[in-house]
Amino acid sequence: MPVIQFEGVHKIYDLGEIQVHALRGLDVTIRRGEFVAIMGASGGGKSTFMNLVGGLDRPTKGLYKLDGVDVSTLNKAEMAGIRNRKLGFVFQGFNLLSRTTALENVELPALYARLSPAERIERAREALRIVGLADREHHYPSQLSGGQQQRVAIARALMNRPSILLADEPTGNLDSRTSVEIMGIFQRLNRERGITLVLVTHEPDIAEYAQRVITFRDGKIRRDERVAHPLNAEQVLQTMPVVGVED
Amino acid sequence: MDFVSIVRVALRALTRNKMRSILTMLGIIIGVGAVIAMVGVGQGANEQMQQQIAAMGSNLLIVQAGSRQAGVVRVGYGATKDLLPGDEAAMLAEIPLIKESAAGTNSHQQVISDNNNWGTSINGTEPDYFDIRSWTFDLGGPFTTQDVTLANNVAVLGTTVYLNLFPDGSDPVGKTIRIKNLPFTVVGTLQSKGQTGFGQDQDDTVYIPYTTLQKKISGQSWLQNISVSATSKETTDTVSQQIVNLLHTRHRIRAGQGDDFEVHNLSDVADVANAAGSIMTTLLASIASVSLLVGGIGIMNIMLVSVTERTREIGIRMAVGATEADVQKQFLIEALVLSLLGGIIGIVFGLVTSWLISAIAKWAVDVSILSIVVAALFSAAIGIFFGYYPAKKAAHLDPIEALRFE
Repeated sequence: MPVIQFEGVHKIYDLGEIQVHALRGLDVTIRRGEFVAIMGASGGGKSTFMNLVGGLDRPTKGLYKLDGVDVSTLNKAEMAGIRNRKLGFVFQGFNLLSRTTALENVELPALYARLSPAERIERAREALRIVGLADREHHYPSQLSGGQQQRVAIARALMNRPSILLADEPTGNLDSRTSVEIMGIFQRLNRERGITLVLVTHEPDIAEYAQRVITFRDGKIRRDERVAHPLNAEQVLQTMPVVGVED
Repeated sequence: MDFVSIVRVALRALTRNKMRSILTMLGIIIGVGAVIAMVGVGQGANEQMQQQIAAMGSNLLIVQAGSRQAGVVRVGYGATKDLLPGDEAAMLAEIPLIKESAAGTNSHQQVISDNNNWGTSINGTEPDYFDIRSWTFDLGGPFTTQDVTLANNVAVLGTTVYLNLFPDGSDPVGKTIRIKNLPFTVVGTLQSKGQTGFGQDQDDTVYIPYTTLQKKISGQSWLQNISVSATSKETTDTVSQQIVNLLHTRHRIRAGQGDDFEVHNLSDVADVANAAGSIMTTLLASIASVSLLVGGIGIMNIMLVSVTERTREIGIRMAVGATEADVQKQFLIEALVLSLLGGIIGIVFGLVTSWLISAIAKWAVDVSILSIVVAALFSAAIGIFFGYYPAKKAAHLDPIEALRFE
């Protein structure tokens, strides 16, 4: 069952004098439960694609259906609602609110979903537990390592139990062991909870943890391949030496 | 986002930059405080002025002998000899709205008591005069109607005269003073009334029966003025008109001919003073409002800085599902919390300032509940007004751009 459906999608940025044709007729379908890695050189259209999928932007031309709903028919507030309930974002720079505890950061999406305070806290604790940070709920981002911050960000993305996680270079700021740990969390979420994962990366070894790799180039899909045998992060971790002070 | 959460988030954002929040609020604190204190001072002064006028008698009318023209020479008020004791009797008889009246005539004389003497104004009047002017006695009391009828030599002393004639402060009641070499028995001293608004010492005077003055001192049969009290402040205008009509008849003044008397109405004075007072209050309030306005601009300034600083935060909130309305509400509430908190502290500050002004400068300060309520509402309005634009700016940020903001 398709959750993300692009049909002939164009995105043109009008910068006044020049027009940037970021996507040139994109056709792609992502099914429920898939783990997709998006690759390609910068300027290839990856970020534009992610912004469209995430409902932060709209196609100039073409159709984008999310869960069967034509997104172009939604107004800004409805898009915000979709981002709030159906999607979870994970960014390269973590994007946590500073001077706000891990628990409160995780709670944030629930604030906009108007959950009761009791339910918010309960869910936020559960989300932190899923990413293995149950004991860090009162820590501030500045007191957490990069990997822990990214896990808080993942917990935040899970808060409203979305069906899709969008991760934009989630391992870009992390060392290789921590990167694999994060990939492990993604694989587990995908496997155990059936969450659809779309992950942008420019590192081929990260893309190997996905089930499908789509390569963008010049606003079009250059390659779209299934990965025969995705790497298993948990197994890879066991072969890796423990380095650094990650705890 | 529910209201409680918004307020909590706003409070946290404001406490994050305590110094900045306090400085921003200071503008509103000073503004609101200034408005409350200044309006308090204005209203207090107004109140005091009203009380002074009321003390003069707000239902008081003074009929004054008018000017006279002899050939081309025009003599000032009080120069005509047409205002007579009979006029007073006629007024009392024919105008029921008159409560009390007192004839008045005066003369400047030297007053002597043992070794002391003092040149002062001798006012001939009737006992009702003290009542009309609501004047009270320190010692003794007024002379009687019988004293007037018999033209007795009795005198009431103003404080200044009393202090000059009896510097040792001894009780003068029953003692004898001399006016134009005639012995007068002192029957009372008046409570000090201080100066008039024009610097005239109201205590530098001696009151004796007008008949005594006419017969034994000035030798004049006419009056300089008649003081009249109407039954109430509201009837003074009617009484004034009826007096004019009555005197026209009695003095045989035809239409088009100039009056030989003047009727002064003190309630007019009260109205003018009232108007002047509200002008002053308005003036003070508007000057103070300028500082409130400046405080509001300070809030706007800081909110704009805050929106720019927190662009990424706004982007994050939007990415996780905040609508434009959510973001706008958040910043609006922050501005509102700043201004309301500033307003509340400002009210306290204003009350303290008012109290200090009244305690140190001995000014009457009258802080009304209304000015407090208005100040509180006004500061909230300022928060909304000056917070609206920054909040709108925050709400209209592009989430993609905002997330990229460093």
